[in-house]
Amino acid sequence: MPSEPRASRDEKSQAVSTLGTAGTKRSARHLLKANAWFVFAFLYVPIVVLVVFSFNDSERVNVWQGLSARWYGEALGNTQVISALRVSLIVAISSTIVSTVLGTAVALALDRYRFKGRRALDGTVYLPIVIPDITMAVMLLVFFAEVFKLIDTIGPRFTLGVTTIALSHIAFNISFVAVVVRARLDQFDRTLEEAARDLYATPWRTFRRVTLPLIAPGIAAGALLALTLSLDDVVISAFTAGPGATTLPVYVFSSIRQGVTPELNAISTLMLTASITLVVASLALQRPRSTTP
Amino acid sequence: MPSLRRAKPAAAQSTDAGPDTPPLLTPAELAAQRRKRRTGTLIATPGALYLLIFFVVPLGLITVYSFATRTSTGRTSLSGWNLNSYERIADDVILGIIARSAWLAFLTTVLCLVVAYPFAYYLATRPPRLRARLLVLVMIPFWTNGLVRIFAIRFLLGSNGPASALSEAMGFGTFRILFTPTAVVLGMVYGFLTFMVLPLYVALERMDWRLVEAARDLYASGAKAFWRVTVPLTRSGIVAGCVLVFVPSFGSYVVPEILGGAKTLLIGSYVARQFQAARNWPLGAALSVLVIVAMLVAVAINQRNSANAERTQGVTR
Repeated sequence: MPSEPRASRDEKSQAVSTLGTAGTKRSARHLLKANAWFVFAFLYVPIVVLVVFSFNDSERVNVWQGLSARWYGEALGNTQVISALRVSLIVAISSTIVSTVLGTAVALALDRYRFKGRRALDGTVYLPIVIPDITMAVMLLVFFAEVFKLIDTIGPRFTLGVTTIALSHIAFNISFVAVVVRARLDQFDRTLEEAARDLYATPWRTFRRVTLPLIAPGIAAGALLALTLSLDDVVISAFTAGPGATTLPVYVFSSIRQGVTPELNAISTLMLTASITLVVASLALQRPRSTTP
Repeated sequence: MPSLRRAKPAAAQSTDAGPDTPPLLTPAELAAQRRKRRTGTLIATPGALYLLIFFVVPLGLITVYSFATRTSTGRTSLSGWNLNSYERIADDVILGIIARSAWLAFLTTVLCLVVAYPFAYYLATRPPRLRARLLVLVMIPFWTNGLVRIFAIRFLLGSNGPASALSEAMGFGTFRILFTPTAVVLGMVYGFLTFMVLPLYVALERMDWRLVEAARDLYASGAKAFWRVTVPLTRSGIVAGCVLVFVPSFGSYVVPEILGGAKTLLIGSYVARQFQAARNWPLGAALSVLVIVAMLVAVAINQRNSANAERTQGVTR
């Protein structure tokens, strides 16, 4: 909240400190604290248990038999897992690159320019975010079925696979990137661009040297979100994946339905590690810099 | 995140003026305006085109499909348009599934609100540095792979999983909640709790606590100040959180598939089935259209609510 005057903010926080602690009753304070501990435990205990049990040596998931990395070896030796991982990475990287470029452009256009169809685009761009996964998935399934029918009449046969998964991921990721970048553009100090123009910088040069560096953290955060979402997605991938190519989450999802295995614990822990690494990276990027006025 | 959808800053509106602004523009200014408009179109086109092809067209297609006919072989015949699929929604079985989905989503929303409000309150009243750290702890599960988190719950609750073993060791006997509606609600609360925490936190953090102080100075009890001042002032956060939890819970597919059983068939899974084994694409399409409309209504409520909140906030500041 950079727009807020300093003094009022301090006053408000002071009110927080008197009311938040001394103002509330002692019992209420204890309850609040207990609830907070409960929520953190609720959020973290299942994950921690899963990670611990992934190092269990036993064939049976419920019997603890001692520490071992055996299931990690089995998981990484499973060719299905490796090929699913390959598909996931190809889809995630390609969809992130394309959606970051397109999403950033959409955000810039919506934030800065008036053009025909601006309102329509403004309304549409949020829809892929709010629409439930399953509806987006079946929409794309129907769409690809129709497109394939069309292509079949011309000649070459196409089937669902890596390409269709990537195309679908771009469709939802554009929206997420656009929203994140636009949030950054919202807090943008326009006078900096005006200053550059006053100093006879061309529009392109102003963009390259002033705008882009300032919104770069927003773009990076958007790209990381796109990468995370692409690596996380199950439903849309499941419906746009073909028999030849599935992503890792789709593989895990269909395996879970057949039962829990120690190997799944190990794969899940690896996926968990990857996504936590991405979160920490993006939180570090989004942290507001003290240099901005 | 409803706050991202806020109206554009006033600066944007004043800099690029449309044709409805007062005349008296020099030809050079007009040319510059036209150039700017062209640049905007140029930048927006690739992304807009992509969304048109891969989102708007599929959206239109599914609507078209919902009026199509299913042939006896399970194919979809795009002729003889009719409302049969919509009429089938009135079927008791399907209405039951919709009612169950709405009921479980409602329970999830209420549970999330009850747990998240005091939690967000606690977060918002911490000193700034601790607050930032706790917020990171909240954000990590929020961004962590959702499938893996639901799998963790599945593993924990499994018939002979760690939770059951613990309760047996403590002498409570085995417990079986996996594949029941309880497990589905638990999983949805686990999956969507952060969607409730974040808007509530934003609302509480932004709130002017001096108003609560004023209420206390005027001899309002703590409870009265809370219900008459704090809750109304954070209404926008409450509504946003409820919408953000209810919408994905209602359309949830992964959670009931992993944690639910035969008795917890929800609309998301039912739609999926129409496109898989049941091969009734028109019915699946009609149900999808219904879900999309319901979701748009929920989002519209949220939009109006956050617009209202902005107005009232302008007053309190």
